[in-house]
Amino acid sequence: MTSGNQAAGQISLLVATRKGAWLYHGDAARRTWRADGPHFLGHSISHLMLDPRDGRTLLAAARTGHLGPTLFRSTDFGRTWKEAERPPAFAAAADGTQGRSVDHTFWLTPGPAGEPDVWYAGTSPQGLFRSEDGGVSWAPFSCINEDPRYRKWMGSVQDGTPDGPKLHSIIVDPRDPGHLYFAMSGGGVHESRDGGRTFAPIMKGLDVVEGFDRGDATFHDPHCIRLCPSNPDRLYQQNHCGIYRLDRPSEEWLNIGRNMPATVGAIGFPMVVHPRDADTAWVFPMDGTMVWPRTSPDGKPAVYATHDAGSTWQCHDKGLPASQAWWTVKRQAMTADQGDPVGLYFGTTSGELWISRDEGGQWECIAKHLPEIYAVEAAEPA
Amino acid sequence: MKVLIPSALRSYTQRGEAEASGETLAAVLADLERSYPGIRFRMIDEQGRVRRHIRFFVDGEQVRDLSRPLRADGELIIVQALSGG
Repeated sequence: MTSGNQAAGQISLLVATRKGAWLYHGDAARRTWRADGPHFLGHSISHLMLDPRDGRTLLAAARTGHLGPTLFRSTDFGRTWKEAERPPAFAAAADGTQGRSVDHTFWLTPGPAGEPDVWYAGTSPQGLFRSEDGGVSWAPFSCINEDPRYRKWMGSVQDGTPDGPKLHSIIVDPRDPGHLYFAMSGGGVHESRDGGRTFAPIMKGLDVVEGFDRGDATFHDPHCIRLCPSNPDRLYQQNHCGIYRLDRPSEEWLNIGRNMPATVGAIGFPMVVHPRDADTAWVFPMDGTMVWPRTSPDGKPAVYATHDAGSTWQCHDKGLPASQAWWTVKRQAMTADQGDPVGLYFGTTSGELWISRDEGGQWECIAKHLPEIYAVEAAEPA
Repeated sequence: MKVLIPSALRSYTQRGEAEASGETLAAVLADLERSYPGIRFRMIDEQGRVRRHIRFFVDGEQVRDLSRPLRADGELIIVQALSGG
């Protein structure tokens, strides 16, 4: 599985930060990285994503402190950019009612290979949007944005993360474009088997904060969901309360976070899966005790890997600081490439970008002093 | 009327001053949108509300009502209110 010692195509890291975006272009060995940026200096970029279907179209979800949200689009891998003609926006409210407005687009998911111009977007506050023209124009997708039951589960703007409630982890089953998942912080994990016409929550087996009703999606806070490309019936979830695995057609999440060392815990934001081995996944644990500092436990950053679908976990901290490093890694800020061995990458809110070329065995810092990192994607441009 | 454009919106106009016409603030913003597509949504949300850190001053007076009538020879200043850090 990991013996090829062969990189995939040349990797470019797409780094979205609170103050702009950067591309880091790697060499074939993933040894040296050339910084390309800043793009959109001063804009908050929540997510920067390559369209894997053409290998050159980029979408950037942007806002600034003053202006409303927008999306920028490049069809030449970031050399030039053009603003979307119609960025994601909620439907206008009926007279006499209070409508919602998009604060920012948070998450971007390219559609499946068979739908080359389709993209999905998740916003804050929680909304689900779709583009059918490559990201130029966007429209509300599905009924969930206005559905009374979903609106109750979404809660108010106070029922989300400190940066606002998010709709994230939009996943299209690679075998069936009508089979979709998304998650909401807060509001739970949801599935559609009819192309988004209807969605239903998948909550069984998940914990919620003590004292709340685990049967109510309102109280579920999935941080990141990933589907295994090598087995689309398997999903992993990093949640507010732990780490879980779901093997379809089961509707019940298995708590695999309880197998983490008790001193480290099972709280974090990102969830990363192996491109070819559905038993392998990685997390970046953070302190979830007391007032939820969400920093590396005891100031000792480490990535934890499982190679048996969550039965056991191994600590990978070689090359990372041994003490006094109080890092936070956000849910979109850790990712894997397609190489063999797999390259892993994460960015910290303190603006450092780290790489492991050997699936977590050894870590190296490749950039410092960036703004707060929101998202890191490993892209293979055409 | 003359419209003074704040730095945050000059990526649309390429300059600090623009001309737009209309009998109300809403109409002037719609005219700006025709000349500079995308500019209105950065100031006004999808529910027709002025965004939190945008301010409009007409002939030196702050205006929050988009239906406010304007003089053709007046001056509109668009301001990006404090939101740094």
